[in-house]
Amino acid sequence: MSLFQELTDREHVFEFLTQVQSPVDVRHGPILYLEDVNVSFDGFKAINNLNLTIDDGELRCIIGPNGAGKTTMMDIITGKTRPDTGSVWFGSRHNLLTMNEPDIASLGIGRKFQKPTVFEALTVFENLELAMATDKRVFPTLTAVMKAEYRDRIDEVLEMIGLEALRDRLAGILSHGQKQWLEIGMLLMQKPRLLLVDEPVAGMTEQEMERTAELLTSLAGKQSVVVVEHDMGFVRSIARKVTVLHQGSVLAEGSMDQVSNDPEVIKVYLGEEA
Amino acid sequence: MWLTRPLQERSTQIFLGVLFSAVVLVTFLHLFMPQDSALHVSAFTVTLLGKYLCYALLAVAVDLVWGYLGILSLGHGAFFALGGYAMGMYLMRQIGDRGVYGDPILPDFMVFLNWQELPWFWHGFDMAWFAFIMVLLAPGLLALVFGFLAFRSRVTGVYLSIITQALTFALMLAFFRNEMGFGGNNGLTDFKDILGFNLRTDATRLGLFIATGIALAIGYVICRGIVTSKLGRVSVACRDAEARTRFLGYRVERVQLFVFVVSAMLAGVAGALYVPQVGIINPSEFSPLFSIEIVVWVALGGRATLYGAVIGAILVNYAKTVFTGIMPDAWLFALGGLFVLVTVFLPKGIAGLLQKRRKAREDDDTPTAQEATV
Repeated sequence: MSLFQELTDREHVFEFLTQVQSPVDVRHGPILYLEDVNVSFDGFKAINNLNLTIDDGELRCIIGPNGAGKTTMMDIITGKTRPDTGSVWFGSRHNLLTMNEPDIASLGIGRKFQKPTVFEALTVFENLELAMATDKRVFPTLTAVMKAEYRDRIDEVLEMIGLEALRDRLAGILSHGQKQWLEIGMLLMQKPRLLLVDEPVAGMTEQEMERTAELLTSLAGKQSVVVVEHDMGFVRSIARKVTVLHQGSVLAEGSMDQVSNDPEVIKVYLGEEA
Repeated sequence: MWLTRPLQERSTQIFLGVLFSAVVLVTFLHLFMPQDSALHVSAFTVTLLGKYLCYALLAVAVDLVWGYLGILSLGHGAFFALGGYAMGMYLMRQIGDRGVYGDPILPDFMVFLNWQELPWFWHGFDMAWFAFIMVLLAPGLLALVFGFLAFRSRVTGVYLSIITQALTFALMLAFFRNEMGFGGNNGLTDFKDILGFNLRTDATRLGLFIATGIALAIGYVICRGIVTSKLGRVSVACRDAEARTRFLGYRVERVQLFVFVVSAMLAGVAGALYVPQVGIINPSEFSPLFSIEIVVWVALGGRATLYGAVIGAILVNYAKTVFTGIMPDAWLFALGGLFVLVTVFLPKGIAGLLQKRRKAREDDDTPTAQEATV
C-alpha cells in the first residue's frame, strides 16, 4: 500500500494508536524473578540481597517476623518503591524497574494491601466495575458504557466472593472480612497473571479464614499467587511452598514441614518469643 | 452517551426545571409587569441575578474538582478572571473610537500610557469568535500547564491548595502592573456594546441574564455527565484512595488533569459572562480572598452535589448584597460566622440537610410499604 493510500484509509489504525502490550513471556518457567535486590531507608537495610523466583501458576506463601521486608518487597514489585540495586523481571521480557504503577498493573500484577482499601463512597458493584480489565485511559473511561458481558463478569466475581446480596450497598458499610473479599474480588476483575496478597486474613473469623483459603487455592494454577501472611495456621492450610524472610533476605524456602523444622527458622521465630 | 445520561436523571431534571422556571419568571416579571407594580423586576435586579448565576457556574466548577476529585483549589478565581479578561479585551476593542481619547485602535489606557501600537496579544480580540475561543483557551491552557506540573509530581492536599493560592496571588500582582498591558490597577471598563448590542439597554441586560442561565444549565449538565460516568467514579476513587486507584491501572494524574482543565474552562465562561454584566474587570478578581470565598459558597451549599454549590453561591451572594447594603462593616464577620456555623452544625451543607430530610421521609415510607406486603 502506498503511503498516500495508507494515510487516507478510513479504517486504518496507526500503530502508535494501539497500545503496545506484549504478552508476558513465561516459557522459561518463572513469572517473577527478583535478583540481588537491595533497598535501604536512611541507612536501614529493609531489603538485603533478596533473591526470589515465583513459577507460573504457583501459590507461594511468604512469612517472616515484623520488619522482615515483606511489604517493601511488594512495593518494589508493584513499582511503588525503587530498589537501590538489583533487578526485577516479570516473565523474561518485562523489566519492572523501568515501569510505573499503572503500567505494571495493566501488565497483570494485582495487589491487595495489608489494610483493606476499597472505595468506601462507591457501591460494591462499582468497586468491581472500576477494577475491571478494560481500557483505562481518560476518554475511553469517560465514554464507557456498561455492557452485558461486563455485568456478567462482575456478577460472576460477586458470586465467587460471596457478596451478591450486597452488590448495591456502599463498600464503606461492609465488615472487615467482607472488605478483604471485595478487595480480592477487585483483583480478580483485573484478570491478573500474578496476585500479590498482603495479609488476607488479618482480623478474620475462623469461618471467614476457611473461605478465603478456599478462594485462594482455587485461584492457583490459573494465576500465580503470592500470599504474605502472619497467621501460621492459615499458611499451613494453603501453602505448598513457603519462603521465610528475615532481615530483608531469604532465610529458608521449602514445604511447610521442611521450613518449620529448620533450626534457623525456629531460632528467628521462637528464639525471639521464648 | 455520557452527556445525555444526566438528562434522564431525576435530580438533573428537577434542577433544570427550577432553573428554567426561574429564568422565565424573571423575564416575564421584567417585561410584562408595569414599572410601578410591586412584582416588577427592574433591570438592575436582572443584572444582579445574572451575576449570581455567574457565581453559581463558578461554584459548580469548583465543586467538580473539590467535591468529586478532592482537589481543594484556592485559586479558581484566577481562571474566572482570565475568562473575564478575554471577554474584557473583546469589549474594549468594540469601543473603537468612542473612547475618551477617540483612538480608533488603542484602548484608552494605552493612549494614556503613551503606547504607540497595540501589544501583540491584543490582536484578534476585535473578532468575537476569537475572543470567545480565548475565553475557554486561556484558563484551559493555564490549568493544563499548572495541572500537568502539579499532578505529575503528585502534589496533593494542602500543598496543592497553597500552590493554587500562590498562583492566583502571583497573577494578581502581575495584572496590577501597567506594563502587562491589561489596564493595570484600573482594569478594563467603559464597555459600550457586545455583538452589536448596546450594553446599557435593558434588553441586552436581560439577554445576558438569559445567556448566563443557559450557560449554567449546560455547565451543570457537563459536570453531571462527568460525575455520573465511569470517569466520575474513578475521580471519586482518586479522591478517597489515590494509591489504590493507581494500582488498578488508572493514570490518576491524567484523570485529575482532565477534570481540572474542564473545571477551569467552566470558570472561564463564568468570568466571561460576569464581565459584561458588571461592566468592569480588574485584578481584584485574582485576589486570594475571592477564591477562598468561592470555596465557602460550595461548603455552605454542600460538597459533591453540584446543585448544592449553586444554592450556596446564590444564597451567600444574596446575603452579601443585603448585608453590605445594611451594615457594610459586618459582612466579613457574618460570612465567617456562617462558615463556622455550617461546618459545626451542617457538615454536609444545605444539600446535606435536604438529603437528610428526604431520607427521613423515605424511611417513614418504607415501613408502611413493608406492612402492605405483609
